[in-house]
Amino acid sequence: MPESALKPAAGRAEFESIVRLENVQKYFGAVQALRDVNLRIGRNEIVGLIGDNGAGKSTLIKVMTGVMPPSSGRIFVRDREIDLSDYSVRMAHDLSIETVYQDRSLADKQPLWRNFFVGRQITNRFGFINIKEEKRIADQILKGAIGFRSSGITVDSTVANLSGGERQGIAIGRAMHYDADLIILDEPTVALAVAEVRKVLDFVRRIKESGRACIYIEHNLAHVHEVADRLVILDRGHVVSEIKPKDMSVIELTEYLISIQHKT
Amino acid sequence: MARPQNPSVFQRVEAMPIITVFVLLLVLFMYLSPEVFLRPYQYTTFLSMLPPIVLIAVGLTFIIGAGEIDLCFPAIIGFSGFVFAFIFQAGPQALVAELGLSAESWWASPGAAELIRWTALPAALLAGIVIGFINGVLVAKIGIPSFIATLGTQFFWYGMATVLSGGRSYALRGAEESSVWAVLVGRPFASSSIDWVTQIPIQAFWTLIIVVVMWFILNRHRFGEHALFIGDSNAVARVVGIDVDREKIKLFTLMGFLAAIAAVFLTLENKNYFGNQGQGYLLICIASVLIGGTSIFGGRATIIGTVFGAFIIAMVEPGLVAAGLTGAWVNTARGLIFLIAIVFYLYVDEPQRRSAFFTRLVGNRAFGR
Ligand SMILES: Nc1ncnc2c1ncn2[C@@H]1O[C@H](COP(=O)(O)OP(=O)(O)OP(=O)(O)O)[C@@H](O)[C@H]1O
Ligand SMILES: [Mg+2]
Repeated sequence: MPESALKPAAGRAEFESIVRLENVQKYFGAVQALRDVNLRIGRNEIVGLIGDNGAGKSTLIKVMTGVMPPSSGRIFVRDREIDLSDYSVRMAHDLSIETVYQDRSLADKQPLWRNFFVGRQITNRFGFINIKEEKRIADQILKGAIGFRSSGITVDSTVANLSGGERQGIAIGRAMHYDADLIILDEPTVALAVAEVRKVLDFVRRIKESGRACIYIEHNLAHVHEVADRLVILDRGHVVSEIKPKDMSVIELTEYLISIQHKT
Repeated sequence: MARPQNPSVFQRVEAMPIITVFVLLLVLFMYLSPEVFLRPYQYTTFLSMLPPIVLIAVGLTFIIGAGEIDLCFPAIIGFSGFVFAFIFQAGPQALVAELGLSAESWWASPGAAELIRWTALPAALLAGIVIGFINGVLVAKIGIPSFIATLGTQFFWYGMATVLSGGRSYALRGAEESSVWAVLVGRPFASSSIDWVTQIPIQAFWTLIIVVVMWFILNRHRFGEHALFIGDSNAVARVVGIDVDREKIKLFTLMGFLAAIAAVFLTLENKNYFGNQGQGYLLICIASVLIGGTSIFGGRATIIGTVFGAFIIAMVEPGLVAAGLTGAWVNTARGLIFLIAIVFYLYVDEPQRRSAFFTRLVGNRAFGR
């Protein structure tokens, strides 16, 4: 694990891997979505997670981020074991793990400022929201981190009025604002135009430069191949192999994936 | 992408469309029957009649805003109303008789009787809270769709009230002599020299306070925000860290609590409990919420709209009758207003739904979201 010079070291304890899974299984009734998954994510690497539709990629990150518990297995965050009985999305947030889903990150009918803060509102001790403060910070994120300066989008815009690329921008900007150590992107470029895809890839690189870790789920092999340090290939719930992009071209990778799918 | 830079008044002021409709209807009724609508008595009648409807509709605003429905509240009016009426009316003597106390004991004194009557209030509220909590558990933990779960519990609790009351009704004779009556549904200005002022009921004030608190909770509190996100999408709500199951249980519990307050107001105001009380409220309350502009798909809810929705629904009856139509027309008119409102909101407030609808109409399934 190379030491990162860019890491803002202050206040961050030493740890080897941000997340580690051991023998994780996940069943949905009779369907086994994850089998014996062992996976380690270093503190400053971009891990591309690839595999066929239904391979279990989304399930894997849901288990990792507390959206749903695994059927069995162990999860470690910063080398410390998580008590799975009280692991939750909120706890993952507290552990600086943020997720951007392709279509499930933002609530359509709610204004942007609520979408930025929902789940961790700025409130007084009775639970009433400090709307002014939330709007002020949301406005900063919008203009600063996301760079929506002139497009007519304000913190009061509802998500339903945004384009797909704008939505990803908002969700990614939110993750950045919360200063995550691990940012997980689940197919963030689906349905985006070329220029928007570029922005997302630049953001993924920025995650690495700022000393954070990233898990990047993507069906477009050229995109992941371009930015990932390591590719993890999932097939029917199983981690079948790990590949360094520099050892294999995109074409070889494509052929390799097809060969896996034809095996039974 | 074109987007409106300056939202119109209709979008900036909460519930503006329905307030406009309310004012227009009011002016129309004032013009058609000034002898009713330009005199204060009709309005004091509203103030004593509307509180139960408004309280329930406000609770339903949260429930429907969260994408659920509650059909159980009429039975809470029945069951909590029974609990209240029983303790209030029969409690004092029953306690003395049950414990075999002598007529000289303190428990047989008027002061003790008054104390026992007061316990009817927390008992009725507790009944509503428990019923609401059970509804929440059935929906959130067991996973029964709320429409079915609350239909089932409505049957159950009406049945329970019938069993426990033996099918009897309770007339709360002499209730107005109790301090319970004075505090909850009394006429605080009874000594005023202006006639209509003497008729202003105190429950209108209690209801106003509760409505204001609920407005703040829906619009300014974490809980209200969670309800709307849940109504928008359960999946998004989970992903952003909302404990969806727990919030749904809280929502149904709140509904039970508000319905129980409504039950107490109604039972005391009528000075009577009868077996199927509350049954007429089901459609009226749901209609108030939806006419008010809360989205039938969840995710958007307005308390102010709901209150005006309730006023409109209530206004129809005296309005039509005073204008010379028979009472038989009342529900027809309400149904018509209800349908017009639903169509209006569908087309004005939900552009995505609108395009999805046209897509379906044209039969092009690949397009639209
Ligand atoms: N909530 C659920 N209930 C039942 N089965 C589920 C659930 N979520 C996922 N599955 C099943 O688990 C398997 C893995 O699904 P998952 O969504 O993790 O795949 P994926 O790799 O993300 O696919 P895609 O590339 O299409 O997004 C599939 O067979 C799916 O049907
Ligand atoms: Mg997926």
